[in-house]
Amino acid sequence: MGWTGKVLRIDLSNGTSKSEPLNMEWADKYLGQRGLASKYLVEEVDPKADPLGPENKLIMATGPLTGTCASTGGRYSVITKGPLTGAIACSNSGGYFGAELKFAGWDMVIFEGQSPKPVYVTIFDDDVQLRDASDIWGKSVWDADKYIKSTHQDQMIHVAAIGVAGENEVLYSCVVNDLHRAAGRSGVGAVMGNKNIKAVAVRGTGGVKVKDFKAFMDATNAGKKVLKDNAVTGEGLPAYGTQVLMNVINEAGAMPTRNGADVQFEGAGDISAEAMAEPRRTDGKPNLLTNQACFGCTIACGRISKVDETHFTIQNKPEYWHASGGLEYEAAWALGSATGTNDLEALTYVNFICNEQGIDPISFGATVGAAMELYETGVIDDKVTGGIELKFGSAEALVQCVELTGKAEGFGKELGMGSKRLTEKYGKPELSMTVKGQEFPAYDPRGIQGMGLTYATSNRGACHLRSYTVASEILGIPEKTDPLETDGKAGLVKAFQDATAAVDSSGLCVFTTFAWTLEDIAPQVDAACEGNWSVDKLLEAGERIWNMERIFNNQAGFTAADDNLPQRLLKDAAKTGPAEGLVAGLDKMLPEYYELRGWTQEGVPTNETLERLAV
Amino acid sequence: MLKALTIDPGKCTGCKQCEMACSYVNEGEFNVSKSRIRVFDFHEEARFVPYTCTQCDEAWCQQACPVNAITTNEMGVKIVHDNLCVGCKVCTIACPFGTVNYNASTGKVMKCDLCGGDPACASACPTDAITFQDIEQTGFDKMKVWATKTTAGTEPTGPNAPA
Repeated sequence: MGWTGKVLRIDLSNGTSKSEPLNMEWADKYLGQRGLASKYLVEEVDPKADPLGPENKLIMATGPLTGTCASTGGRYSVITKGPLTGAIACSNSGGYFGAELKFAGWDMVIFEGQSPKPVYVTIFDDDVQLRDASDIWGKSVWDADKYIKSTHQDQMIHVAAIGVAGENEVLYSCVVNDLHRAAGRSGVGAVMGNKNIKAVAVRGTGGVKVKDFKAFMDATNAGKKVLKDNAVTGEGLPAYGTQVLMNVINEAGAMPTRNGADVQFEGAGDISAEAMAEPRRTDGKPNLLTNQACFGCTIACGRISKVDETHFTIQNKPEYWHASGGLEYEAAWALGSATGTNDLEALTYVNFICNEQGIDPISFGATVGAAMELYETGVIDDKVTGGIELKFGSAEALVQCVELTGKAEGFGKELGMGSKRLTEKYGKPELSMTVKGQEFPAYDPRGIQGMGLTYATSNRGACHLRSYTVASEILGIPEKTDPLETDGKAGLVKAFQDATAAVDSSGLCVFTTFAWTLEDIAPQVDAACEGNWSVDKLLEAGERIWNMERIFNNQAGFTAADDNLPQRLLKDAAKTGPAEGLVAGLDKMLPEYYELRGWTQEGVPTNETLERLAV
Repeated sequence: MLKALTIDPGKCTGCKQCEMACSYVNEGEFNVSKSRIRVFDFHEEARFVPYTCTQCDEAWCQQACPVNAITTNEMGVKIVHDNLCVGCKVCTIACPFGTVNYNASTGKVMKCDLCGGDPACASACPTDAITFQDIEQTGFDKMKVWATKTTAGTEPTGPNAPA
C-alpha cells in the first residue's frame, strides 16, 4: 500500500475516462511519481513526438507517501515531453493538490489526446467529468480557482490550473496549484494548454493506507525529529525560506548576474531574506508576512508576502493589495540578479504575476536578462521591444515584460520563446544561458563547479533540483567539498542524481535532504509500501530512473554534444569573488561522469548498464 | 485536572499534520476529510486557523439530540455514541460553531472527543499552534504576552523599595 493502486486515464479527444490498475511490477522498480509516471510516459509516447501535439501525454502523478503523515508527504509531479527542451520533463510541486488527488483515490492521472474545446476536469472521488471552460479560458489561475470553488460550492476543492501563459503556449509556462505552488519548469503548462485543459479540480473523501501503520508512525516521527533538530530544516528554512541562500551564494561568488556576465550582484542584500523581513521605509511593514507549509510539511519554508500598496507596480491596482506567495530564492535570483534589478517590491509583484499567469520565474527572469543584454549591446532596439527601455536594473522594464509575456503580446511574444530561441533569432545564441534549451538557475558553475556538471547532464535541461551539490559544496551536507574544485564532483553529481530521483519518486520533498539521508527515508517508504525498500533498493531505483530518462532523451535526438554549458561559463573567467579567474571545468568532470554512469563516451548507456539496472 | 485544546493560529503554518493525526486515530487511515479538526487557509490575509469543538459546558449539540446519543464524560467532553446516533444531523444544525459534522461513510455524526484525554492533533502539531493545557489557564500565554508589554515591575515599589 501507500499506492492507491489506481490510475485514471482521460482521453481528451473523445471526452472519456477510465480507471486502470496501477502496474505494480513497474511500481516495484520505479516507486511512484517521477519514476513511475516517467515509465508510463516512455512506454506510451514516441520520443520524437511533438511536445505540443495530441501525441504527447501529460501525467499528474503522486508518490506512495503523498497524502500520508510523513513530513512533506504532499508532493505531486507533472510529467510530459517538455516543449521548452524537447526532453523528458518532470516538474514537482507542493501545496495541497497532490494529497487531494490521492484522497480522491488516484496514484496518477494520464491525459492523452487533445480536447476539441477548452475544458476543465473535475475529479471528485470516482466521479470524473470534462466540463466546458469557456467561462474561464483567458482568465488567470487565481480567477479559475475562485470560479471552480464557487461553481461547485466547495471550498475544499484543490485546483491545478494554467494561466494565460499556458493557454498561449509560452514555452516556459507552468501548472500552478493552490494559487501559488507550481510545477514550474520545462513548459509543462504549455502542454496542458495545448491539450485545451484549463484546470484540474480535485476533491477526495477517501483515505490513504500504509502497509504497517505502527512502523510508519515510528519512522515518520523519527524523521520529523531529525528535521526539527537540524539547523537548516529546523531553523533556517522556516525563518528565511530558501532565500536564506541569497547572501550566502553571493558571497561564494556563485551568483549569476546580468545574464551571467558577473558572479556577484551588488544588490543581493536588497533582495535577500533579511531584506524581506525588515520593515520597509515607506510603510514600516515588512514584505514578508509569514511562512507557510505545504501539505504535511513540518519545515514550512514557503513565503507569504504583501507588496507595498504605494509601490509603483500596484498603487493603482487594489486587486493586488493582498498577501500571496512571496519570493523564493530562485525567483528572487532570476527576477533580480539575472536582470540586475534590486527592487524587492517589484520582484514580489512580478512573482505574483508569474503565479497568476502561470509563468516559470526562473526561465522568464533569465530570458529577460538575455534580452537586456541584446538591448544594451545594440542587437535589438526600442522598435523590437515596442518601446520598452530594456536596461539591466530596470524594474519598470521587468514589470512591462511580465505583463506582456503571459498574454503573448508585443515583445512578450518573443520573450515567451525562451532565451535560446530569442537569442538565436537575433544571431547571438551565445547569449543564452541555457542547457538543452532550458535556462539555468541561481548558481554559477564557475563558483560551484559541481553545478556545471549538474546543469550539463540534467535530463530536463539545466536545473538545480536534479543534483543539488550546492548542499555539499557550500553548506557541507552531507559532507563539505570544495566548490572551486572539479575533482570528485563526477561521483558527487551521480550520487545526488540517483538519490534525488528516488526522493522525487516517493512523494516527499527534496528539501528534506538538507537533513535526511536515504537512511531516514527508506524506513518511511518501507513501512508504507510492499517490496522491502532498503537504501540500496532506493538508490538502484534512482539510477534506473536516471537511465530511463536518458534513453528517452537520446531517442529524442539528444547526444553528448548537448551535455554542455553556455560558452560564457566555459571561456569567460569569473571577475570577482572566491572564483575569480576560474571558468567552469566541465571537460574535467564529464568523461569521468560517463564512466561512473556506465555510459560510453558518447553518453549512451552500455548494454551492460541497462542489463544491470533492468531498465 | 481538566484540560482543553488551546489553539494559537499565529503559530499555524497550514501543514495539516493535525488533520492527519486526527483521521489516523479516529478512522485508522490518513483522511483529512474525516478529521474532527480543520485548518482554514485565509490565503490573502496570510492566516491559517485550526478550528475544532471547544466542548461547551451546556452543549447545543447535546441538547438538540433527540435520542440522547451525545453524553458528557468525566472530563467534560461531549461524546457521540455511534450505537445510539440515528444520523438525523440535528446536532450539526444546533452547533453554533459547526464543529459537529456528518460522516457519510458511517451514517453517524462525528466530533472531537479529545482522543480520550491525549489529543493526537496537539501531539502532531510541529509548531505548538495546538496545545493541550489546564482548562483554567488557556489564556495564560496570551496574558503573559500582554504582561510583557507593560512596564509593571521594572521599578520596585514594594515595602523594600529603596527610599
